[in-house]
Amino acid sequence: MTTISTGSKRLWRTSPLTYIALILAVLSSIYPLYYMFVIATRRNDAINDTPPPFTPSSLFGDNINRALDNDTANLLQGIVNSVIVASVVTASVVLTGSLAGFAFAKLKFRGRNGLMLAVVATMMVPTQLGIIPLWGLMQDIGWYDSLLAVTVPFLASAFGVFMMRQYASSAVSDELIEAARIDGCSTWRIYWNVVLPALRPAAAVLGLLTFMQTWNEFVWPFAILSSDNPTLQVSLSTLSYAYYTDYSMVFAATAVGTVPLIVVFILFGRQIIGGIMEGAVKA
Amino acid sequence: MSLSATTAPPSRGAPTKHTQPRRRRGYSRFTKLDMKYSPYLYVAPFFVLFGIFGLYPMLWTLWMSLHDWDLVGTHTFIGLENYSALLSDDYFWNAVRNTFGMFVLATVPQLALALFLANLLNRPMLRARTFFRMAIFVPNVVSVAAVAIVFGMLFQRDFGVVNWFLGIFGVDAIDWRREWWSSWIAISTMVDWRWTGYNTLILLAGMQAIPRDLYEAAAMDGAGPWRQFWTVTLPMLRPTFVFVVILSTIGGLQLFVEPLIFNNGNIMGGTQREFQTVQMYMFENSIHNLSRAGYGAAVAWALFLMIVVVSVLNFVITRRSVK
Repeated sequence: MTTISTGSKRLWRTSPLTYIALILAVLSSIYPLYYMFVIATRRNDAINDTPPPFTPSSLFGDNINRALDNDTANLLQGIVNSVIVASVVTASVVLTGSLAGFAFAKLKFRGRNGLMLAVVATMMVPTQLGIIPLWGLMQDIGWYDSLLAVTVPFLASAFGVFMMRQYASSAVSDELIEAARIDGCSTWRIYWNVVLPALRPAAAVLGLLTFMQTWNEFVWPFAILSSDNPTLQVSLSTLSYAYYTDYSMVFAATAVGTVPLIVVFILFGRQIIGGIMEGAVKA
Repeated sequence: MSLSATTAPPSRGAPTKHTQPRRRRGYSRFTKLDMKYSPYLYVAPFFVLFGIFGLYPMLWTLWMSLHDWDLVGTHTFIGLENYSALLSDDYFWNAVRNTFGMFVLATVPQLALALFLANLLNRPMLRARTFFRMAIFVPNVVSVAAVAIVFGMLFQRDFGVVNWFLGIFGVDAIDWRREWWSSWIAISTMVDWRWTGYNTLILLAGMQAIPRDLYEAAAMDGAGPWRQFWTVTLPMLRPTFVFVVILSTIGGLQLFVEPLIFNNGNIMGGTQREFQTVQMYMFENSIHNLSRAGYGAAVAWALFLMIVVVSVLNFVITRRSVK
């Protein structure tokens, strides 16, 4: 910044038009969410108002209770299921990703480069290609409508391996690993005591991204889970299909499904955005 | 190869002379086994899971598509019949048209807008930059299902906010789910709302990797911000832009959740299939109708081929035109 001369400073000055455009973008990003909260806190007939209601009211409790009492959607079950699935998947993706990332970045073994290439290649294949046989497979092994079906296939991710490898290559020094080896550490001890602590910042970002993605996943849970044992997203869709005229109830439930992620994002948004932007440059 | 880990890399020369012999002696049999096989153990979880739940189903899809296959019943080998049936299936081509229509309608304005916003966020003197970045990214945190539910309401005919807004300018209430063009606009809007911020940040990251002195030089020559954008940013951004276009292609051609929820879970999209996508057609011919799984598998491979072809095309086009 200090190198910018006064002449180019004038050229690079941020004009009010820039701020106006950005503020418009921010408003259109926020408005649909804000509208969701407004409707979620009002009586259902507020949707008929002209102009549309703009301020929240106090009926959120009523609305969410109606959603929770609903027998078809099993919303509470959906919330519990989503917490379980997203937590297990996140913990596992971070563990398997950091282990494999460590191996690819710091250990020498035959076929390393080829295997790493394979990991990257799998990221380009659309997952939906295998969805029909996968559905049949789940039927055969009795995992239809079971949380195992939406958890086990996702316990390791190519993106996780890739991201951790990128970070491990620069964050962990070879000397450190050599030194630990001389001290008699097994490879596992090196991973656990030396590498994993060093990977913590990247592991946190990977964990956040994985949690959000798993929490929001729709297509596969929708295919393999019934509304008796849904994840939150499946439960929301059931609720919205069956009661699409009761908007304040549906929106209250949708808000409950959305708020945890927005809170996480407000707390850790800086790291999440940093992770996404770094990943883009490296890829 | 397997032993090379025990000998220190020659580049890190300083202490080796002294430590090398001692270390060689120091490695026990366990350590040698550990060093040889641990790496494979550590990368195994990903490959095992991908093999079972990724690769195997994909290949099975191919095998299935050559059969008349009932997911809970029998199957007969019929060669390429599913594929030839596909070529003359009006519903399939309708789904292809819808998918591509919505893909273009969503992607083109989205990338243009993302490029514009990224360029604004890249201004060096911008205040509150973290706030702007986060606020623009927020929609991507919201689940697709939630987006579709909320926008389904915004695009209601009788009391939707969009129709109210258009009404201010004298436009009559539009039944968004009824015509192909209106449903495409509504669904593309959902896609754009969720993904513009994400693409903005990716493009911004690419812009920030461009060396500052290029701008300095352009500024010396009297180029203003927009001229700098055309002559410096855009050409230098090409790799990132190709990346974004490919990602949008893979995601966009698999469009599924938004059109599904837009009409309350109707797998056909609109009443006349106005917004049924290829992915929805695949579901209609498999998980919603188990006896047609072979045909659905053919749809899945057709979709995969389309994604590959369009990605390669986009790759070539973006490489050439953004010069």
